[in-house]
Amino acid sequence: MVVDVRDAYYAVGGRPIFSGLDLTVRRGRITAIMGPSGTGKTTLLRLITAQISADRGQVMAFGRDLATLTSDDVYALRRRIGMLFQNGALLTDLDVFENVAFPVREHTNLPEPLIRLLVLTKLQAVGLRGAADLMPAELSGGMARRVALARAIVMDPEVLIYDEPFVGLDPISLGVIQRLIKHMNAALGITSIVVSHDVQELAAIANDSYLLSAGRIAASGTPAELRASDSAAVRQFMTGAAEGPVAFHYPAPDYATELLAADE
Amino acid sequence: MSNGGANSVVFEGVRRLGAVTIFLGQLLAQCLPSLARPRLLVHQIYNAGARSLIIIMLSGLFVGMVLGLQGFELLQRFGSEEALGTAAALGLLKELGPVVTALLFAGRAGTALTSEIGLMRATDQLTAMEIMAVNPLRYVAAPRFLGGVIAMPLLAGIFSVIGLYGAQLIGVVLMGVDRGVFWSQMQGAVGLRDVMEGLVKSLVFGVACSLIAVHEGYHAEPTAAGVGLATTRTVVASSVVVLLLDYVLTAAFLQG
Repeated sequence: MVVDVRDAYYAVGGRPIFSGLDLTVRRGRITAIMGPSGTGKTTLLRLITAQISADRGQVMAFGRDLATLTSDDVYALRRRIGMLFQNGALLTDLDVFENVAFPVREHTNLPEPLIRLLVLTKLQAVGLRGAADLMPAELSGGMARRVALARAIVMDPEVLIYDEPFVGLDPISLGVIQRLIKHMNAALGITSIVVSHDVQELAAIANDSYLLSAGRIAASGTPAELRASDSAAVRQFMTGAAEGPVAFHYPAPDYATELLAADE
Repeated sequence: MSNGGANSVVFEGVRRLGAVTIFLGQLLAQCLPSLARPRLLVHQIYNAGARSLIIIMLSGLFVGMVLGLQGFELLQRFGSEEALGTAAALGLLKELGPVVTALLFAGRAGTALTSEIGLMRATDQLTAMEIMAVNPLRYVAAPRFLGGVIAMPLLAGIFSVIGLYGAQLIGVVLMGVDRGVFWSQMQGAVGLRDVMEGLVKSLVFGVACSLIAVHEGYHAEPTAAGVGLATTRTVVASSVVVLLLDYVLTAAFLQG
């Protein structure tokens, strides 16, 4: 067990984001966390990486309760984690090579030839060794995400977290990222946590899936089990139907009444 | 309830002052460790200092020229044009150098700092550093703060020197004040204490402007509008704080 969230509560400005969240990420597996936009998927990642702490309940990572950690402990813990951000979050004033080298330079005193070797092998793994001299502004969205992936794995993390890795990619880049996630997991023995609302893409690679809804886990199991769920809400999400327990319309006053009122 | 609004304004003001003070403490704690990467600091001194040079030198020249013109006109009424050198030097060293430089610094370097850090926040770069176990205060904020603090006194000094030559250009070359008198009067009347006053002021303004710029950027709301607002706040807050501190420091130096 790498991450274990038990009965977690978290609220922002009185609005509950999580109420009684339970979730387990097992070592060496690809765990998918799915859910409609705005259900707190990214917030969950912030909880796991100790950027925020739960109001109540317990969040454990690598067997340690995050609430009890000092800031030095948190930094030590994060060195075992790699994270891929939605937009890559590359440092805009450094080129591709230096972006990947950044964590190495910050955390080690390795000699320059070794850093070069390390960075080039990671860039080769994501197919972008040829782009080492480009600046982040010169990269396409898919390339930026692959560079960010190279940066995320350069320190050989035990856990790799992907925040919406498929958003805004063309079919080719999407396939590339999908393969990379699977490949990293198998080849490096990394535990992967993938947060996304792209059900089909996730179902193809995930070992375990959780469906997040209304501040808690609405369903869990393999992707196939989720699709066969009895719950209307789970089926709506998995099949992408417009109407169902999650209504198409944002809550509003009666349509006819409001239109007539506008006439007056 | 009539003073409820006033109370909340006071409360908000005190809260922000406290937040900035805490931020300054955190920043200072990271300043020493950030020196382990001197290249970052040199880069920021270049950014805040060298890249502000043109605007500082041009402004210094024109302010000096205006000072020469106005000073000559005023002193002539009392028949003491030969004091022009002293008047220009004291005006530039003690007031105009530090204050105008700080205002220009806030507009040129301060806004650049705020929008740069704000955009780094908005594009998750600061969060990415956090996740990579690199403290963004140490890597991003501290070098920029220190760079500004070091650059400001240098810029103010350059401003004053160029300004003096501007005043001399008008007073001596155009208005016919004797060159020797212009410089020797200055030499006799301006003491180390006056230079120190200017130095202390520009140092304090450097801390204030850099702190405000870095703080606003670091805590900017991560949206386009948020970064824009933070940039505006940097200029407004820096200008007001500089003028306020200028009065306080002037009064303090007159007392001491």
